[in-house]
Amino acid sequence: MFGPLTVKPKESKGDKTGSWRTQFRPEYLHKNCIACRMCAMICPEGCVYGKEKNSFWVDFNFCKGCGVCADICPKKDIAMVVEDGKSEEK
Amino acid sequence: MKEFLEGSHAIAEIVKACRPGVVSAYPITPQTHIVEDLAQMVANGELKSEFVNVESEHSAASVVLGGSAAGVRVYTATSSQGLFYMQEVVFNIAGMRLPVVMTCANRAISAPINIWNDQQDSISLRDAGWIQIYAEDNQEAVDFHLLAYRLAEDKRVMLPVMVCMDGFILTHGMETVDIPEQEKVDKFLPPYSPLYKLDPAEPISMGLLADPDYYMETRFAIQETMKESLGYLSEISSEFNGVFGRDYKDLLVEEYQTKDAEKVIVAMGSVCGTIKEAVDQQRAKGKKVGLLRIISFRPFPYARIYEVLKDVPRVAVLDKAVSLGGYAPLSVDVKAALYGKKKGPKVVSSFVAGLGGRDITLESINEVFRRLTAKEVSSDFIDLKPELLKEEYGR
Amino acid sequence: MEDKHLFKPGHTACAGCGQAIAARLVIEAAGANTIVANNTGCLEVFSTKYPETAWGVPWIHSLFENSAAVASGIEAALKYLGKKDSINVIAQGGDGSSGDIGLQALSGMLERGHDILYVCYDNEAYMNTGVQRSGLTPFDTNTTTSPSGSLSAGNLRPKKPMPEICNAHGIPYVATASAGFPQDLTRKVKKAISIRGPKYIQVHVPCPLGWRHATNQMLPVAKLAVETGLYPLFEYENGVLSNRKQIVPKPVQEYLQTQGRFKHLVNNPEEVKKIQGIADNNIKKYNLKAEA
Repeated sequence: MFGPLTVKPKESKGDKTGSWRTQFRPEYLHKNCIACRMCAMICPEGCVYGKEKNSFWVDFNFCKGCGVCADICPKKDIAMVVEDGKSEEK
Repeated sequence: MKEFLEGSHAIAEIVKACRPGVVSAYPITPQTHIVEDLAQMVANGELKSEFVNVESEHSAASVVLGGSAAGVRVYTATSSQGLFYMQEVVFNIAGMRLPVVMTCANRAISAPINIWNDQQDSISLRDAGWIQIYAEDNQEAVDFHLLAYRLAEDKRVMLPVMVCMDGFILTHGMETVDIPEQEKVDKFLPPYSPLYKLDPAEPISMGLLADPDYYMETRFAIQETMKESLGYLSEISSEFNGVFGRDYKDLLVEEYQTKDAEKVIVAMGSVCGTIKEAVDQQRAKGKKVGLLRIISFRPFPYARIYEVLKDVPRVAVLDKAVSLGGYAPLSVDVKAALYGKKKGPKVVSSFVAGLGGRDITLESINEVFRRLTAKEVSSDFIDLKPELLKEEYGR
Repeated sequence: MEDKHLFKPGHTACAGCGQAIAARLVIEAAGANTIVANNTGCLEVFSTKYPETAWGVPWIHSLFENSAAVASGIEAALKYLGKKDSINVIAQGGDGSSGDIGLQALSGMLERGHDILYVCYDNEAYMNTGVQRSGLTPFDTNTTTSPSGSLSAGNLRPKKPMPEICNAHGIPYVATASAGFPQDLTRKVKKAISIRGPKYIQVHVPCPLGWRHATNQMLPVAKLAVETGLYPLFEYENGVLSNRKQIVPKPVQEYLQTQGRFKHLVNNPEEVKKIQGIADNNIKKYNLKAEA
């Protein structure tokens, strides 16, 4: 007999940590983005996706609203806006 | 093939035949010769294995944990302080359900430091979730390693196994031993086929955090597996007998002249050889005595013990360990087996002997039979030297 | 998209956790053919709470101090199976589990020459248990077991020089890195993975909770640690200092004032001077000052 022992990554859905967001969430303005990918690289959750200029987006199921992506963007193309509960979900 | 050799060398031979892929151990008397032999075998190309010389027992156990998790058969050996140093890893290995096999060359526990034999070390780790089997002589020590791997890797079990052999007495004693041939070993022990392992082809996470919602079931599962293993031990023993022609019956206990006995000693390990001789001598004089030898200490064969002892009027449990402040450990489990039953001995006395390697002679055993009277005694020390005891220190 | 993640979102790290960033960058740089052994700590706890796991690679956690030894066993098993050349092995842990309780296992692993990359996530205290002081807590830092008070200015001792200790074992590669310099970290991990033998990378990872700074300040804080000389970024290759990030040194005050764990030093110029001394020594020792 075996109890809880190992977990396969594909069976693990992850907690919807987006519900933790308190004050702010990032808004990707899609105006001056140069696709440097730094926002995707620096996100602690790894929930920023995108490839070409102005194509980057956040999976708000997981975004905790830390603001590091907005801080790193060299073109200041990400604004931290007050979380109003109406996050876009793609 | 029969050979006359030192116990440690015999163990190295059987471990070699079991084909472990990773061997890691830290030297501690009296286990050293086993591991030195294995190192030489690797150096000569006789044993194809990764031999990892670690910087402590904690790491030795961690190395074999990692090796086993990566899907390879592993081996380690230790004693006494080493076993205690790796204690948290020992519990970890059982909790992670990895089939590690370890030789424990039983040795006394510090302080004071003492390198000679008693069973305090392995008995102190009885709660860990490892199956523990105790060898009486070197033939058993050899055979038990083979049985250990077979049992540990059984997909219904997946628990680590500790083969306990008395330090110096067995490890350094020379006996004639039949070392099983490689082909027969391969027949009895197929290559390890893991239920779960670390492999990029099929990633898994092992050793997760289990909060109160998940932890208890893991312990329950091990407890259930331990109970089931009482049956698997018998199963594997009869399989072993079929291949090697040596019958360990149920691999739980050995009944030696217990059928009509009026006094029975319960004991574990090499001391049973001495006890058997004492029993023979007493029987020759017409005394009805016997020995119940415990082979499997964990899982503990409560039902079998009751079966054997229920009609025996007086039982003496001989412990080679002590639980300071309480009843001696083996006697506790024996009494638990007998408690609350309709039948049972009138007296179950507990004796402590052989601590720190103090010799248990035929005379010691006869003394145990003598002290097994109608008056029950508890943790009665045999062969104590009162002249060494003083009420106050520094005088 | 999620299935390809080697370190998936949905873990329970604090918002803005420097260690989460670094851990993801490390495993993405190492790739899918990697097995990870992890010590107990924030990373282990927030990434693998049954029945969830953030790890898309084979991953094992045993105890607090033994990931280096467990990884040694994994590496030995892979060698036995003839698979070591195609699979990377990473052992990782925090500053406490690497430099304090796990120092023995780490030292053994380095000395034996296993082909393993050891990554130390240095957030400069035992964060998971509540910000207690570790051997890598910097001088004068306020932690719960080295608190500042009327008789104390915080931690009494300088950082244990773990990179030097590892380098002294004669291993082929040692590097320091920072979550504030993500591309540099990625480069160093890829370089380390390509070298055979034991490697040690120590990553400075800001902890918003333990260091007391706003979550979106991770980058400026991490950068200032480097730019003041308090956390030099360098590489040792085969024992020789081969590379370092040159800086135009900023006064340590600029770094100290960004974090609550140093706020007791605001009106203590004497202690700040001592910390400046530590920075100056680093600048000299590693030749950090950029040529004019």
